[in-house]
Amino acid sequence: MKYSKKVIEHFTRPRNQGRLSSPSGVGIAGNPICGDLMKIYIKVKKDRIEDIKFETLGCASAIATSSMITQLAKGKTLSEAEKITRNDVADALEGLPMIKMHCSNLADEALHKAIENYKSKNKKAQ
Amino acid sequence: MYNKKTKRIYFDYAATTPVDKTVIDAMLPYFSQKFGNAMSIHFFGKEAEEAVDKARETLADFLHCKSDEIIFTSGATESNNLAIKGVVKSYWANPPAGGWKPHIITTAFEHHCVLETCQSLEKDGLAEVTYIKPDREGIINPLDIKKAIRKNTILVSIMYVNNEIGTLQPIEEIGKILKSYPVKSDDHGASKLKAKILFHTDATQAVNYFDCDVEKLDVDLLSLSGHKIYGPKGAGALYIKKGTPIRRITDGGDQEFSLRAGTQNVPGIVGLGKAIELVAQNAKRETKKIEKLRNYLIKKVLQEIPNSKLNGSLKFRTPANANFTFKDVEGESLLIALDMEGIACSTGSACSTGSLEPSHVLLALGMKAEEAHGSLRITLGKDTAKQEIDIFITKLKNIIKHLRKISGKVLEEYYGLK
Repeated sequence: MKYSKKVIEHFTRPRNQGRLSSPSGVGIAGNPICGDLMKIYIKVKKDRIEDIKFETLGCASAIATSSMITQLAKGKTLSEAEKITRNDVADALEGLPMIKMHCSNLADEALHKAIENYKSKNKKAQ
Repeated sequence: MYNKKTKRIYFDYAATTPVDKTVIDAMLPYFSQKFGNAMSIHFFGKEAEEAVDKARETLADFLHCKSDEIIFTSGATESNNLAIKGVVKSYWANPPAGGWKPHIITTAFEHHCVLETCQSLEKDGLAEVTYIKPDREGIINPLDIKKAIRKNTILVSIMYVNNEIGTLQPIEEIGKILKSYPVKSDDHGASKLKAKILFHTDATQAVNYFDCDVEKLDVDLLSLSGHKIYGPKGAGALYIKKGTPIRRITDGGDQEFSLRAGTQNVPGIVGLGKAIELVAQNAKRETKKIEKLRNYLIKKVLQEIPNSKLNGSLKFRTPANANFTFKDVEGESLLIALDMEGIACSTGSACSTGSLEPSHVLLALGMKAEEAHGSLRITLGKDTAKQEIDIFITKLKNIIKHLRKISGKVLEEYYGLK
């Protein structure tokens, strides 16, 4: 098993790492049994992801995929962000080892849950 | 993956060891000068055979047995397979009246080569197996073994030292218990005395540091490997006490007293013999030094890194092993980050192996999955220096800080504790 340079780069210097103090939406994916747990915070303004942060407990590729998805989603409209898939994340990272494709590539799920969370909160507010 | 300019530090001696220079020198002539097949009648063969016999005697001295009780194999995996499958095969070659299925007792935290051998026998309907769990400290209670004995128990297989957490198992005590058997069997219509329950130990991780006198241990079978003791890979041995009912599991030539067919790996066997000789010479001196360094390492880690804990008993443990769990850190990412700093360790995290389950050893201790995922194994060896440990501590501190910053409180929040 070998990680790409891009994975190592995002693992070593993750982008948008941390939490938002008053996020518009939050999404969690993974579980402690399998070892990877990620949480994504989004700040939405005019249907656009204005800010995004993540916190991840997991292996190097779990951290790198979280970092990459925040980079891919930042500044995108919600409908654009909803279309980001795990393959997009893996491609942007110049590939992931086969065994990592499913077990630690969960960032898309966390992002989509954060968007859902924002939408459901917004619905209630209206 | 590491930066080539960084000084490399090897903390994975339980995975494998570098071959000692003296061992290499002993092996070299047997590749192309004295290359004969040990089974050949001519001079070339005799030369090779003599070298194999000499190594056999060295091992016999070390284990306190006779030289014809040593079978050379390709390593501990093969030795363990031969020990367990060979005994079961012998049982089925001559099953007692009543034809009950034989029963094996082993532990839940054996090496995979023992566990999977047992599981495959179960699957093939050839044996029943009981897997005894260790206590939270990683020690098997001999009384649990005693309680698990059934009328059809033919074999007990317990590792001497656990490969992940380094805990020492009470082999001598279990040996004594098993010696008090056979008990007279009257439930199966057999009036004859039931055969002795055979006792096998996988001593792979013990040879460097613990007494492997088979008489003292009261074992009938003992497995060992060359590459864990500064010898070559691909060479191991199985001690089989004279009179032990066992059948070979590979068919072919009459090598190794007809118990292991296949041309002998002469250079490997010579290297294994030399490695054992060196263990016998140096063990006491090196053990003290390594234990001192290991204790320093444990003290420093627990002192310098908050929310860290040692897994497994400190008292009953091989001097070379330390195994920690760091809260809010996942083992594979820790391993990769250390690797990038030039430090080689190992982890019980599933992510490092490609399996989905974290370490079966740590789970057998009753640890939670996330604790097992967050484990780090450091194993020292004869070339470990104090300075390396100091470098390691400094780097580890920074890495843990970095990874904990990334994980935040995600685990706590997941469990809704906040």
